[in-house]
Amino acid sequence: MTEEKDIQKTIQPKQELWQKMLRAARLLSIYTVIGVGILLLVKQLTNEPIQTAEKQVLLDTINQLLPSKQYDNNLLKDTIEVTAPKYLHTRDPVTVYRARNNGEPVALILTTHAPDGYSGDIKIMLAVYEDGRIAGVRVLKHKETPGLGDKIELKKSNWILGFDGLKLRDDNNALWSVRKDGGGFDQFTGATITPRAVIKAVKNALMFIQDKGAKLYE
Amino acid sequence: MSNSSNNVLTDKWADYQKIARNGLWNNNQALVALLGLCPLLAVTNNTVNGIGLGLATMAVLIVSNGLVSLIRDHVSDEVRIPVFIAIIASAVTVIDLLMEAYLHTLHGILGIFIPLIVTNCAILGRAEAYASKNTVDKSLVDAFFMGLGFALVLIVLGSLREIIGNGTLFDQMDLMFGESAKALTIHLWDDYHPVLLAILPPGAFIGLGLLVALKNAIEQRKAAKAQNVLGVHVSVNPLRAPE
Repeated sequence: MTEEKDIQKTIQPKQELWQKMLRAARLLSIYTVIGVGILLLVKQLTNEPIQTAEKQVLLDTINQLLPSKQYDNNLLKDTIEVTAPKYLHTRDPVTVYRARNNGEPVALILTTHAPDGYSGDIKIMLAVYEDGRIAGVRVLKHKETPGLGDKIELKKSNWILGFDGLKLRDDNNALWSVRKDGGGFDQFTGATITPRAVIKAVKNALMFIQDKGAKLYE
Repeated sequence: MSNSSNNVLTDKWADYQKIARNGLWNNNQALVALLGLCPLLAVTNNTVNGIGLGLATMAVLIVSNGLVSLIRDHVSDEVRIPVFIAIIASAVTVIDLLMEAYLHTLHGILGIFIPLIVTNCAILGRAEAYASKNTVDKSLVDAFFMGLGFALVLIVLGSLREIIGNGTLFDQMDLMFGESAKALTIHLWDDYHPVLLAILPPGAFIGLGLLVALKNAIEQRKAAKAQNVLGVHVSVNPLRAPE
């Protein structure tokens, strides 16, 4: 009696097991497909609002960097697309906004990326006067550690204002790094990688602008 | 009493009240179950962060509990956990995208901790322990009060740490509620020397420990009172839910 049961136990469960496994796999794939479908839909629906929100933030930020009374043209329309993966760390074309006053070039505003932050890309915007002086730098988007690396935000610390008025010259190359590396910028306690990445990105963007010169205003 | 539908209704209310008490106090996910501590400890250095993450977590919990309860009869035991996780991950991503679109600044502040809600064990815990065994309405009520209980702890802990570590309360509220909320900031002391420890990670552990201790002290006092009144020994195990 018990032996019979044992034999049955070994045969039946095998078939049952197969059925169970197939059923489980089917269930899991159905739920995954539904989940992915919903995500694609929501991604599609939020794509435009996210871009609009980002554009609004962009406009607000541009005016923080460059007071709107310093130029009189429509920045968002007066643009040029550039592609410079070496300097701006993205293969996508980057939009350069050009500020003018009475048709005279005033400043360039562009976004760049710091690819070597602590946690993903750091998106940075900077405004540079026609003579190469920095008007201002702001971090637009980042995923750095809250409380440590996020001091690159103006909300959390004044660190980012340290770029204001600086210029890239042949004789001040050493300035463009954190103090730990012998440079002129403070690092943050517990976060050296983040400011290092931001400084490098800003410096490379300046080199790009110097390289292209007046061509960017044409 | 004579009307049976009335009876059902009062039963339901009694159930809901019990769920509410569990979520807010008896089985509070942060103070009793000690779940979701990673985001809890990391972002609660001020009130506004506590409110932001608390509300986001609550929203995810409500969506995931509702969905899990809906499909609870259509998943086999073997794959229920992966299915629950797929649901929770989808819900979190949807809320992440919606926040990025419509609460852009707040989304920026909370950064990585919104997607990290997926890893909050309280959410999977409620899906597995409650929503997979109960009706949709009860699961939603459970999610609401569990989420609220969690959010309240975040807010209280955030406020405490902000008061001690920064000398202010409701600072940076404008990031969430717009420019007019700037006026909400309360500076508690003039010339306050902030106790940095409260804002740093150790402050989170100490603060949470004190909150847990306070809750247990209140429970014990209650038990002692009951003992005096009844004349019998009543024991309290604060780490066990009464169910």
